[in-house]
Amino acid sequence: MNRRAFIQIRGITKTFGAVTANNNISLNICKGEIHALLGENGSGKSTLMNVLSGIYSPDSGSIFIDGKEVHFNSPKDSIKAGIGMIHQHFKLVEVLTAKENIIAGQKGSFFIGSKDLSRKIKDISEKFGLEIDPDKKVYNMSVGEKQTVEIIKVLYRGADILILDEPTAVLTPQETKRLFDILRKMKDAGCAVIIITHKLNEVMEISDRITVLRRGETVGTVNKNETNIRELTEMMVGRPIDLSIKRIEKNPRSPALQVKNLTVLNEDKRHALDNISFELSAGEILGVAGVAGSGQRELCEAIAGLYPVAGGEILFEGENIVGKNPREIIKMGISMSFIPEDRLGMGLVASMDMVDNFILKEYQNQKGFLIDRRPARKKAEQLVKKLDIKTPGVHYPVKLLSGGNIQKVLLGREIESNPHLLITAYPVRGLDIGSSYTIYDLLNEQKLKNVAILYIGEDLDVLLELCDRIMVLCEGRITGIVDARDTTKEQLGLMMAGEAISDGIGGGL
Amino acid sequence: MLVSFLTAAIQAGTPLLFATLGETITEKSGNLNLGVEGMMLMGAVFGFQIGLSTSNPVLALVGAVVAASLGALIFAFLTVTLRANQTVTGLVLSIFGSGVAGFIGQKLAGKVLPNVVKNFFKPVKVPLLADVPYVGQILFNQDLLVYLGYIVIILSGIYLYHTRKGLNLRVTGENPAAADAAGINVSLYKYLHILIGGALCGLGGAYLSLVYVPAWQENITAGRGWIAVALVIFATWNPYKVLLGSYFFGGLDIIGFRLQKFNIRLSQYILDMLPYVVTILVLIAISLRRSKDNAPPKGLGEPYFREER
Repeated sequence: MNRRAFIQIRGITKTFGAVTANNNISLNICKGEIHALLGENGSGKSTLMNVLSGIYSPDSGSIFIDGKEVHFNSPKDSIKAGIGMIHQHFKLVEVLTAKENIIAGQKGSFFIGSKDLSRKIKDISEKFGLEIDPDKKVYNMSVGEKQTVEIIKVLYRGADILILDEPTAVLTPQETKRLFDILRKMKDAGCAVIIITHKLNEVMEISDRITVLRRGETVGTVNKNETNIRELTEMMVGRPIDLSIKRIEKNPRSPALQVKNLTVLNEDKRHALDNISFELSAGEILGVAGVAGSGQRELCEAIAGLYPVAGGEILFEGENIVGKNPREIIKMGISMSFIPEDRLGMGLVASMDMVDNFILKEYQNQKGFLIDRRPARKKAEQLVKKLDIKTPGVHYPVKLLSGGNIQKVLLGREIESNPHLLITAYPVRGLDIGSSYTIYDLLNEQKLKNVAILYIGEDLDVLLELCDRIMVLCEGRITGIVDARDTTKEQLGLMMAGEAISDGIGGGL
Repeated sequence: MLVSFLTAAIQAGTPLLFATLGETITEKSGNLNLGVEGMMLMGAVFGFQIGLSTSNPVLALVGAVVAASLGALIFAFLTVTLRANQTVTGLVLSIFGSGVAGFIGQKLAGKVLPNVVKNFFKPVKVPLLADVPYVGQILFNQDLLVYLGYIVIILSGIYLYHTRKGLNLRVTGENPAAADAAGINVSLYKYLHILIGGALCGLGGAYLSLVYVPAWQENITAGRGWIAVALVIFATWNPYKVLLGSYFFGGLDIIGFRLQKFNIRLSQYILDMLPYVVTILVLIAISLRRSKDNAPPKGLGEPYFREER
């Protein structure tokens, strides 16, 4: 194996507005190795690879390939340098055939002569053991087939550096195995393969070296043979921050929410949630941990009445709420705040001011035809004071506020409606430490008021310190519900990676 | 009787053919340009003005093409470079174009084109083909622009479905992010095909003022630009179907006039509605069938920004 660094990434920094996605990241990749890029959601893995494939241009830093510095102004330049990226969301045209997708953007004869091309595609397929019908339309393909087309697409371009962004996220175990066989063949053929993932088992199975990113920075690079899942987990989630979050000890009362055998199907008819059951008591914070896309969103939305339920029951204070519409559910005292990755996507109307955003949830309770803004304005003003929301005024459009302040507005509004059950997903996403603690305090305050809280989080430290119990989701299944007081981050990491801890606390270690 | 009807239907359908093909090519790049009516009017008025003052039919056509392309360039700059809303920009272009045409055209009413120009656009028989019974008379005893219509349709079909550039264009319109990742210059493709689309709309307009009418009259297009936008859907973004659809709608356009000869009197307003009624029916049919192959380009109407998150 050639141990000379083929690709050198030096000091890459990339910001999006106020968000620093990559901060001074450096990384070396050799030929003939499979290099895993590991990190939690939002740690900057995809951004880094998008920089390497010319989609984003970095604010600073440089990239060397084979000793020469390269500057990518567009994906075209990176393709020329031999880099092929297989994106998490396939970049394929559904109405075109596999062949057409493969040759798009390629130089060659003016007309699309079919014989030569088909033969070349066949050659590549056979070399790496890929199976594909070049004339099949993409919309008739399974996810696995689509990925095969993407792989052939980059190989056809002569790429010897392959980047795969979360390639197994959408694959079945069998398809994953086949993909790994293909990747090993590529490695043997001298390609450099970079695989972005947060699945630890897969990292241990496929990679030679592993680089861990956390919050946009490089934590370190290790050899697979010299590490283990526990160490990687620790690198990934980081050492505990010295600030501790207080957990209010309080004996939970009767169950407020009971979920029984809940099953939810996503658009592709896959199980987004597979037969899950849990209970949540009044005055308890139940944390939900899991890698992104393990069914968290579907769980929130199913409870809030926004997502169709395929099977099972959701009992709220004894009453089944499956089939009720969101307004009825809100009236029963269930409140949801979901902070999506883009923060503004759900919950608030970006161009409206605080007052109008408050009214959105309130106006049905008002009588008469006209809207009375006064109560909402009063509430908004109180909230600004209470949560120290930095805004020029309550009539200032929400989207012009900073991310942290937007999140305070959203969560504040939900709390103002005095819910019995508060669902909050990623409430501290992208927040600085101070704002995060304001949010934690708010949640604790609600807990004292005997509100049942379902807290979907990313940061394991926070989950362990703030929550009473933690439920871990993996691929739509519950891999464990543990007491936060005597569980370690490592245990959570293992469960997130799919290792079910059957007999509750500590059983897996 | 039928022969002369079909011959006339092709002539009536030719301005639609150019405009619809132009809009089809524009939409294939993922941009919805609702300024067809405006670009046609600009082509019509500049074509007529230049034909009148230079007595050169070729220059007249070139002028029409350039004028309409400039209109399309405004649209391209706003929607591709500045990523403005395509619907609004297109509507503005339509209104702008009719304003320009009205302004330049106010001195043109009643003017007669020089004979050189008129003669240039007289029907020309295609040797041999014109002698085929019925078909020859309908298809191959027409003016030069009708023939040009056949040619651009065939060329577009070959371009779109059998060349690399055409494939790149389709990828750009369907999924600009995929095109970009494949190394296709998305902005260049969009600009180029919006301009080609505008040029064809200009030809459609020039056909009206130089050949079909041939004279200048206020609002000479009479809504044909809007029919063209609908026809793109009718033809499911396929150039060959654009040809059929345009001639079919050309037939609908003149059918009322023909029916009068048989003492069948239908209100002109009812007849004017026909193309739109047919379009509505086609839209319903397409929506019910939900065929992926007949769907509009997926990226249609969406601005593309590479670093969007």
